[in-house]
Order: sequence, then C-alpha cells, then structure tokens
Amino acid sequence: MLELRKDIFADERDDNLKEIGKGTQRQDMLGHVTGTSPYFDDHKLQGMLHLKVVRSAHAHARLRRIDTSEAERSQGVRRVIRASDVPRNLNTLLSLINFGKDDEPSLAVDKVRYKGEPIVAIVADSPREAYEAIAKVKIDYEVLPAVFDVEDALKPGAPVVNEVYPKNTFTYHETYDRQQLRFGDADRALATADHVLEQRYQMSPIEHAPTETNGSIAAPDTNGRYIVYTSTQALFFSVDTCAKILDVPSNTFHFIGGTVGGGFGGKVDTLTEPLCILGAMLTGRPVRYVFGREEEMQYGPPRGAERIYIKDGVMHDGRVVARKVRAYFDSGAYTRLSSYAAVKCAAHLPGPYTIPNVHGDVYCVFTNRTPATAMRGFGVTAMDFAIECQMDKLAHLVGMDPMEFRILNAYRDGDMKAHRREAKNTALIECVQVAAEKAKWPLREDFKRMSSRKDGGGARAAVTPTPRETHAPTPAPSQQRTTYDRAPAASREPPPPPPQPTPPSPPRPSAPSHGATRFSSVFGTRRR
Amino acid sequence: MAKTALQFQHNGRDVAIFVDGGTNLLVALRELIGDMTPKFGCGQGGCGTCSVLIDGELHLSCLTLAETVAGRSVETLDGIKDGPNLHPLQRAFADNFAAQCGYCTPGMLMAAKALLDRNPQPSRAEVVEAISGNICRCTGYEPIINAVLAASSGGRARA
Repeated sequence: MLELRKDIFADERDDNLKEIGKGTQRQDMLGHVTGTSPYFDDHKLQGMLHLKVVRSAHAHARLRRIDTSEAERSQGVRRVIRASDVPRNLNTLLSLINFGKDDEPSLAVDKVRYKGEPIVAIVADSPREAYEAIAKVKIDYEVLPAVFDVEDALKPGAPVVNEVYPKNTFTYHETYDRQQLRFGDADRALATADHVLEQRYQMSPIEHAPTETNGSIAAPDTNGRYIVYTSTQALFFSVDTCAKILDVPSNTFHFIGGTVGGGFGGKVDTLTEPLCILGAMLTGRPVRYVFGREEEMQYGPPRGAERIYIKDGVMHDGRVVARKVRAYFDSGAYTRLSSYAAVKCAAHLPGPYTIPNVHGDVYCVFTNRTPATAMRGFGVTAMDFAIECQMDKLAHLVGMDPMEFRILNAYRDGDMKAHRREAKNTALIECVQVAAEKAKWPLREDFKRMSSRKDGGGARAAVTPTPRETHAPTPAPSQQRTTYDRAPAASREPPPPPPQPTPPSPPRPSAPSHGATRFSSVFGTRRR
Repeated sequence: MAKTALQFQHNGRDVAIFVDGGTNLLVALRELIGDMTPKFGCGQGGCGTCSVLIDGELHLSCLTLAETVAGRSVETLDGIKDGPNLHPLQRAFADNFAAQCGYCTPGMLMAAKALLDRNPQPSRAEVVEAISGNICRCTGYEPIINAVLAASSGGRARA
C-alpha cells in the first residue's frame, strides 16, 4: 500500500479563516492591475469569424417577408442564420426552474415585439463585412399598434404583445395574473384612519452600462464539443440555456468565464451565447458575437421600470394602520426574469414595518419595450424607494420626526409579518438608532430606549381576519387622489408605547409546505 | 483591400504590421500586435478604457487611426511593469482596492501614469481632473483617487 507523503504539504494551510478586520487582497487583483485578467474578448483565435444581428426597426410589427439573398452574396459572408436554423427557437430563462412558459425566440419568427429584437444573424470574416451584409437584408414589416405603458397594456382592447400571454400579464401557477398579498382588512382600516395618503411612484428603466459589453466567443473543440468564452454572470445557467435552445446535451459545451467586465445583473440573460455557438456549429469556425456600445445601451436589457401606487392609513399618533399597494413591473416584451422580480416585490411588502392591514397586488406586465432583467435587488429596490418616500411623507403628515416615525412602526421580534411569518432577528430599530447617532440626528429618550427585542409579539402577532373577495378584477383608477398637500395635523406629543407583550403568544398558523422545484438538468425537473 | 505597412515603438520595442485603411490603434494593438491590455468599452471616446500613451501623452486608442502612430512611441499597461515587479501605480491600485471588475483599470492606470509622469506631486483636484475621461462603473472613484495619490511622490513620502 502506497502512502501519500502528506507531511510534505503539512504547512500549506493552517485553516485559519479569521479574515475579518484584516486587509486581504482580492485573488484577481494582480491580473486586474497588470491587464492580464482574461476577459472573454481577450481570446484571439485562428480563423475567427464575426457575428452580427439584424435588429427590428419597429417596436411591434408582423414580419411579412425577410429577403437575405443580397446579404448572402455580400463579400466575406460565411453564413446567414434564420429563425428556422435555431433548433429550439423558443425559450424562457426560468424554464430551467420550471417557472413560466417559453415565450422568447432567439431570432424573431413571424413578429417582432420590441425595437431592436434580433431577426437574422450574419456570420462574416470581419465585423465590417457583417455590418455591410446587415444593411443588405430587406425586411417587409407590417407595423402593429404598440403599447409602452404598463397600465395601458392591461386595458381591454390593448395590443397583445406576446400571444403566449394574451392578457399582457405573466401567469402565476397557471392561473393568476398577479402576485397578491392579503393580511387583515386594509379597506376597513383605511376608512377609519385619521389620515389617508395615496401616492404614485414611477421608476425609469436603468441600463447597467458595464464598461465591457455583452459578448461571447464560441469555437469548435475536439470531440465535437465547443469551447465558449463568455461575459456571462451566470455560467452554468448559460450552459443549460444554450443546451436547451440548441437541443444538445449540456456537456457539449466547455464554458469559460468568471472574468466579467462589470455585470450588475445585465449579463445573466444568455444574450449572445446561443447564436454564437450556433454560428460555430454551422460554419465549423470560431465565432465572436459582441455587442457594440449602442447595442448594449439600446437593446441590452435594463432594470425594469415599476409603477407603484401606495395608499396608507395613518393615525394621529403615528401608527400606520393600513397599507395598500398596487405595483406594475414593466417586463418589456418577454419575461426573462421579471416574473421573479414581481414575486420579490410582493414578498417585500409592506417593508420592515408592522402594519396590521396590508393589501398588495403586484403585476408583471408585458409591453413593447426592451425586455427587462435583473439589476441589483430588482423587484425590491424600487419598492423600497417608494415605501421609504412614503414613510417620509407620512411622518410629515402627522408631524413626526421621520426617524422616530420609522422606529415607532418598525417590526420587532415576535411580530406577525403580512406573509404570516413571525418576525425574527429584526434590527431596524437599532439601525435607525445608529444611523441617527452617526448623523447627529436628535432622537427623544423614549425612542433611544426602544429595542427590536422588546415589546414585540402579543397583540402585534395577531392576524386580523381578511374579508373574502370576489374574483372579478377591479378596474384600476387612471389617476389616484393624492393627499400629500394636506397640512400636518398632529401634535408633537410622544406616541403611546406599543402594545405590551401578552405571553403566551397565540398559536401561529402552520407554515405553508415548501413546493420548491429544484432544477436537475435541462431535460427534467424534480420536486423535493 | 490595400494594406499599409506601419512601424512604431510598442512599449519600447520596434514593431511592424500591415493595417487596413481606417483601422484604429485599439484594433491594431489587440488584434495585430496581440497586446490585450487596452480594452474596448465604447468605441466612441466616451469611456477611456482604451487609453494609451503616445509619445508620453494620453490618447484614446479607439479614436486614433493606427497609421498616425508611424514612427512614434506607444505605451500600454503591458509595458509599465519592470520585469516581474509592479509599477508603483499598480502596487498602489492593488493596495487601495482601486479595481473591482478590472475592466477600466488599464485605462485608469495609463491616465494616472500620464499625470504622474508630468506632475509627480499632484493635488487631489489634479488627480480627479486627470481621470475624468475614464469611466468606472464598479468601485466609484474614491479608491482610485486615493491610489494615485498614494503612488505620487507626496504619497510615497508620507508612507
């Protein structure tokens, strides 16, 4: 029996993981400062071809005829790729976790649904020759009415953006047109609140604008495999997405990535790899498909814009007693990841506050805008912005200090959250106290003494009965009333202390069973 | 397409290439010389990640026609190390966490080098001005400014 001489390597690791408080260099820092970090585009391959796509000139149009004959004869063109060349030309990113229907083609088939949607791909000897050929592709469009506003998209008679979702909303659990949260009776609480404040918040799409644009290089390897250098932020996700679209086993690919020139969520959509690999498959040559800056800014997916209506009921003493939220997540023409963003949005309601009556409707809406994607806390960031603006306005309305107003309404350990989960390890009160201290913001003594660990639970853990609703969709008012201009009416009397804990706490509703579906391979999913 | 013969100094070494008319210096460096340190960010002179020094002066290689550097000296990030030893600016960037994704770093370093070569003891405002043509989307600019100041002779004197 041979034995490995472990003593030779015995001093190689001391298993001391105590790094906090010490300066530790990033493992990729030396590569970065010497310019040797291997970004995907730093790979120069012999005989490499260049792929560019013909993009839709219209936001919504039927494709009557696509004539590529002149482009095919253009100098340097190796291959023109049409929709029919894509093995499985319909996909949705989250199909890998069995969430949503396939709704997006790699190359448009009969219709384009946003300006800049890829229609034809051209592989040529040089980028310039690819661009020259692109200018020779003739497309006969029948321009269709387009919809760019989330609420317009939900009106009867609105143009249908994507026939897979004819109501212009993502379908949850094959039934529901929204994410819905009901806790207590918000309408009744609003009717008896001292003040009601309704506001509308509108976010803009935001481009990630990474300094490195999206792109990939695919090259035939030995054994019929393909090496793919990619800018992706989600390497294995991209491998599986490509395997599905190109209808080959995922071990056909050797993806090399991990060095990403800025992502921020904008490089999770597998934007370039499927066509790039297909180009390599059809030509037998290495193919490079990189977004130019204009493509990145115009057609790269942005953070989805959200429109959020919040209607709050607040008492003179500063307690928020009801919060009603209606939010529309602008997914653009395809789902990508926005369906998940809307789930996060709903899961974030009503913010880190204990509010006994909460009513939330969050829609993932399709419009003829550029498909939206992930970006830094998408689904939550915008909702937080709206909620915290609203909290400032509410504090102003009742004449309270905004920091103290947040401490008063903050959730505490033992409180019941609107999702019927007990609040645990809460720390908002302490956060606000520390922030106030750092900012030298004066807090009154009783607010300095409040704690997330004290006075939670009890009455604050109660679940108010929620009235049954008819399932007829309630039409959304086009313009909501705002009461922000109403003068502050409350005095600066300190609010009464929150209800004292009343042990033992009432039995909690049993937690819903987990139905999480785990993705196991491209070819199937399993439930656990 | 007719190609033009082009000779210049690349990081102190004579090089000769043939370029197509209209080829920019960034493409010439990356694809014909094989120096991948200057990066493509925008191709429009907006981001600074392709910055190089031509005869010691800061230029955007994506907006420079390759033919215009004939007989001149081009310096990229690939040439600023001394053998295996990092340039003081590279050391300072590493020590001050002045890189995150690393993509803007080559351009930042060249802009910083152009500054320190002509002004070894810049003020903070002068550092800000010197890197104002370079976009960083990750770290924010503070660590980068601190790194350049640390590498300046004033910063080294304080250290």
